Order: sequence, then structure tokens, then C-alpha cells
Amino acid sequence: MIRLIGILVGLGFAFVVLLTFAIGFYTWSTEESTETAEHAFHQEAIAPDGGFAFDGPLGNWDIAQLQRGYQVYKEVCAACHSLNYVAFRNLGDLAYSEAQVKAEAESWMVPGINPDTGEAAMRAATPVDYFPSPYPNAVAAAAANNNAIPPDLSLMTKARPNGSNYVYSLLTGYDDAATYTNEDGHRFAEQFPDSMPGTGLYFNPYFANLNIAMAPPLTTAGQVTYADGTEATVDQMSADVAAFLTWTAEPKMIARKQTGWWVLAFTLFATILAWFAKKQVWAAVKPKRED
Amino acid sequence: MSFPWAKEYEPKYGLTKFFDEKLPLPRLVYNAVGAGYPVPRNLSYFWNFGVLAGFCLMLQIVTGIVLAMHYAANADVAFASVEHIMRDVNWGWLMRYAHANGASFFFMVIYIHIFRGFFYASYKPPREMIWLLGVVIFLLMMATAFMGYVLPWGQMSFWGAKVITGLFGAIPLVGEPLQIWLLGGYAPDNAALNRFFSLHYLLPFVIAGAVILHIWALHIPGSSNPTGVEVKQESDTLPFHPYYTAKDGFGLGVFLLLFFAFVFFLPNILGHPDNYIPANPLSTPAHIVPEWYFYPFYAILRAFTFDFILPAKLWGVLAMFAAILVWFFLPWLDKGPVRSGHYRPLFRKFFWFGLIPTMIVLFICGGAPAEEPYVMISQLATAYYFLHFLVILPIVSSIERPDPMPYSITEAVLGSDKKAVLGENAEPVAV
Repeated sequence: MIRLIGILVGLGFAFVVLLTFAIGFYTWSTEESTETAEHAFHQEAIAPDGGFAFDGPLGNWDIAQLQRGYQVYKEVCAACHSLNYVAFRNLGDLAYSEAQVKAEAESWMVPGINPDTGEAAMRAATPVDYFPSPYPNAVAAAAANNNAIPPDLSLMTKARPNGSNYVYSLLTGYDDAATYTNEDGHRFAEQFPDSMPGTGLYFNPYFANLNIAMAPPLTTAGQVTYADGTEATVDQMSADVAAFLTWTAEPKMIARKQTGWWVLAFTLFATILAWFAKKQVWAAVKPKRED
Repeated sequence: MSFPWAKEYEPKYGLTKFFDEKLPLPRLVYNAVGAGYPVPRNLSYFWNFGVLAGFCLMLQIVTGIVLAMHYAANADVAFASVEHIMRDVNWGWLMRYAHANGASFFFMVIYIHIFRGFFYASYKPPREMIWLLGVVIFLLMMATAFMGYVLPWGQMSFWGAKVITGLFGAIPLVGEPLQIWLLGGYAPDNAALNRFFSLHYLLPFVIAGAVILHIWALHIPGSSNPTGVEVKQESDTLPFHPYYTAKDGFGLGVFLLLFFAFVFFLPNILGHPDNYIPANPLSTPAHIVPEWYFYPFYAILRAFTFDFILPAKLWGVLAMFAAILVWFFLPWLDKGPVRSGHYRPLFRKFFWFGLIPTMIVLFICGGAPAEEPYVMISQLATAYYFLHFLVILPIVSSIERPDPMPYSITEAVLGSDKKAVLGENAEPVAV
């Protein structure tokens, strides 16, 4: 009885889903497939020349690069983007001394209160403070940016697929929509005239829907004067800030990978021991075939 | 219950004697996973996955309790509290990555465990109750994992919760009030987050209880084995300890190597980048997908796109739940005395060339965007899925002619069994 009901239920579900399939197949085969601009022109993120120092299981931070990236964030990105989950004390990870961290924190103003009157006031930050937001609230951020709220950057490289390369590619990938031609030789303006960037939008093939509200932030070499004398090309600044944002997204990444090697080595050793233990225990009952 | 030749626990020391008299816990352990539990001697490595699943449950409970010490179940701060764990709590990143990847590995292990059961028809009598409890555990795991994924309160947490609770809205008449009652509001918010956290903490202990019943039920008929031939005599078995404790120890080592490779080197590869964006009810992600272990069922849910008598959404919900509920009926759908797929030529073909490819296709389609050709492919796979369990399996099991089987486990392992030659009542001849 159960089997009979089962067969009926099974045939029922199969019938309905196959009917759905037939209708879907008919629609699909008769309708002209319309290719979207995103599908045709979106580019996968690429790595900077030579990749990042932290890539791979043996990677490590390039501290000098992180310091440069911090400088780019501070002088360029911080005008619009917050870094909510990073505190000034965390800069100690970038080989800044305690005094340097304190001095660096003091160069930022954070909201506080007037100790005498209790009224809202700005004060110099201390190492325990978190990076302040450039806007007092989301409405102010939207109002100042053509209704597009600049996202917080703390986790940006983890919040996008292939994040570190994505940030680098996005910053270097701005292009002119009118003349942009992809690798297959297709001209964007010809194929998708309706997808051309509107007012306040900028064409960038690495951005998910190709038109981003952020104006190109890094446009000219020397926009930042690096303290360590590195030449500040747009490519260099983009790679540096991408590296810095990888650190802000996961400050414990290198500690994690380095711990991982010890853990794997120990587990491998224990597993080899377990293998020999198993072999020895089973040796006594190993099948001795009589034939 | 156990086989008559099972070794009996004999306390040797004063303390163990004292315990055995007052609270025979050592005896329980001895009979459950010690030398007092005779197990078929021919178990393959596929029989390691029960122990591994138990290990995963423990791992999830331990890491989860530590995480709960630092996590705050409040929609305003939940996301930030997870980042606090990642950045400021000592070894917090390890706890969180072990817990997140632990869930994935728990499901990998449980899927292998379930498909081991499918191939060797472990659900057949006398082990129906073990199987039913196993499906209950799987359902509890799905609920627990779903609610756990909501807790970080990222974009996928929020939209996943919205889509899955939205499924209840497809139920006629009571659907919408039910959905609001489950969520404590019209959309996932603080009330939903709080109850999900509460239940996410509770359900693992319910699972642990169901696991105890699962193992209890297992110890009545004893473990199944790759030949599917029941244990007949002492030479068919080995004591669980030291033979299978040693084998499980090695299996656990291999499992941990793979697990740690993910935790330390690829901790986010099984997750979704969108969940590192704080939940935003005003911004819908381009592709809402659940965690990978729900992909096959998500593909079945989305396969129904046409209103046939019932609304398409309701068909999808019914099919998705039916896809798991059908497992409950396997012991009665798959008749016939032969268990192991090794001796069932027709069943085996449908298993390897039907069910396994179907599951892989559903898995891929469930993770793909809801567009063609993925929807059409998942529709064909969904049709086969239901036909396999509800039509093919009952028919195959009644028309199939099984291959010749060994008389006993001893014969399967050693090549011959004197009892098989001399008959059931033969006295073993001294060699």
C-alpha cells in the first residue's frame, strides 16, 4: 500500500515538474535570448603585477606596503569612506611604535562631549578610538554623494569575490564608456547604448553593473606623496590600498596561516601514528585466505 | 542487547567495582564503544562516518558555546559582535572559522553517512528505527544550520531568513499568519534574530539526544556491513575496541587534516562574500543562495515555476519537504531481502548512473543563478529524484534478481566458511 501511494506521489511530482520543464523549454527555445551588458562586458578582477605578498599559504604582509596603503586611505578614501571596525590601536600591527600610534590617533578628530558642559563636541582621537566616519549619519552620506552611500571599507576585500584583486582592479579599471572595447573587440557604446553611464555615474568594467557612482578616486601619479619615497603611480597606490584593506578586513590572516602550518604538521604526525597503530592492531586478524 | 559472545565487563579495581555497583557508567561505555560491542569484521572506511559525525557535533557544541560567550544576539550589534570575535577575542577567529567550516564538514560527513545508507540499504529491517532517527537528526541539523547562518546578521543571513520563512507564506490560508508568528514580525528583525539564537543554542542538544537514541537503536541489531549479510557467528565479528577505535582514530586524523586545511587556509571559500556586508533590508543581493549544503533542496524548491492547479511556490515548498520526507519511507519502498548494492546489479546501476549524477546536478543548479539553462536542468533532475525513490526503487526491488552472496561475513573476508560447507549445524572442526 505504501509503495502504491509512493508510486502515485512520485509520478505526480514528476509529472508537474516535467510539465513545468516543457513549458519552460518552449518559452526558452522560442524567445530571443537577450544578452545583458553586465554579462557581456563585466571583467573578472585581476591581480597587480607580481600579486600580493600575503597571497598563498606561505604569504606574509608587506608592512611597508600596508603603511603606504594606510596613507592612501587616510589622504584619499577617508574623505568619503568609513573604517568602522578598525581602531587606531590596531595600527600597532603595521610596525608603528606606541608613540607613533598615539600621534597618529591624535591627528584624527572624533565625536565626543565637552567635559565641562556635556555638549557634543569634537576631540582628538586616542588609540582606543575607532576610525571616525566622514559623515554623521547615512542620510548625510547619501545627500553628499548623489544618493549613493559610500560603503564602509573595513571588510570590503572579504565582502567581494576575490576581494583584494577586486579593489585593485576597480581602482585601476575606470574607462571611457564611449570608446571602451573589450578583448573580443566589441564596443560597449555600440552594443549597449542604453547602458551608458548616466549623470553622476562612471563606467568601470570591474564593477558588478558596470556603472559606479564613485568618481575615479586615484587619477594622477603623485596624488599621495609616500613617506618611504616609493613612486606613487595610480597602479602603485591602488595595489597599496588594496593590500591595506585586506589587512583591515582580516588583521589575523597571517597569524592564521602561520598557525595552520603547525596544526597541520602536528595532525599529520598524529595521523601517521594512528595509521601504524591501526595496522598493528589489525595485523592479528588480517584475513589469511584459505584458498 | 548484544551477541551472546560479547565480552562482559569485569571491573578489576576497587574504584571500578564501586562505580559498577553504584552507577555502571564504565560498563555502559564498555558495551557501547568498547570491547563489549561485537562489530562485523568487514566494515569499510565508509563506516567511519558515524563516529566522525559524532565528533563534528561535539566540535560544533564546544566552539559554539565559546562563540556564544562573545556574541550579542541583537540586530543592532550582532554583526559588530562577530567582527569583535574575529579581531579582539583571543583565538576568536579560530573559534568562528572552526564553527563555520565545522558546519560544512558536518554536512559533508552526514551526506556520506546517508549515501552509505542508500547504497548498502542500511534502512532495511531490522534497522528501520535507526534510519528514521537518522532522518530526524538530519532535519534537526538543517534547522540548526539555517538558524546559525542567520546569526552573523549579514546580507545573506537576512535575505536567506526572509526567503526561507517566506516559504511558509506559500501554505494556503494559514501561511501568512504563520510566517508572521514564526518571525515575530513582518520581516526578519530583532525578534527573529533573538529566537533564532535561542533555538540555535537549544537544537544541538536535541540533536545530541536524538543521537543517543540513534546509537541505542543501533546497538539492538548491531552494525550493518558491506555484504549486507547479518552476523551469524563469533568469527563474523571483532570487538569495537581496539579494532574499530583504532580504525576510527586514523579516519579522524584524515578528516582533521582536511578540516584544518580549510579552517586555516581557505576559511571563507565555502561561505558567501555577501555575508560580510551588514544586513540591509533595503538592498537585495543579486543572487540569494543558501549555504552549499542546501543547494540540492534549493534547486528542487526553485524547479517549480508554473502554476498547475496549485501555485508554483506551493509546489516548490511541497516538493522540497517531500524530497526529505521520502527518506522516511525508504524501508518500506525498497523491499527485498538483499541489502548491499554489491549484490544488486540493477539497483546499483540506478544508484551510480541515476541518483548520484542527479544529486550532483541538483547541487550545481542550486548554487547557480535562477536562469536558463539551470532551471530546466534542475527540473529534469528533480523529476528523476522523485522517480528514483518513489517509482524506480519499489519496482527494481521487486523485479531484481540479486547476485550470489557469501554465506557469511567470515566467508566474505576469509574466502571460505566451514559452516557454509558443512551446513548450519556443523560443529567447527578443530584445525
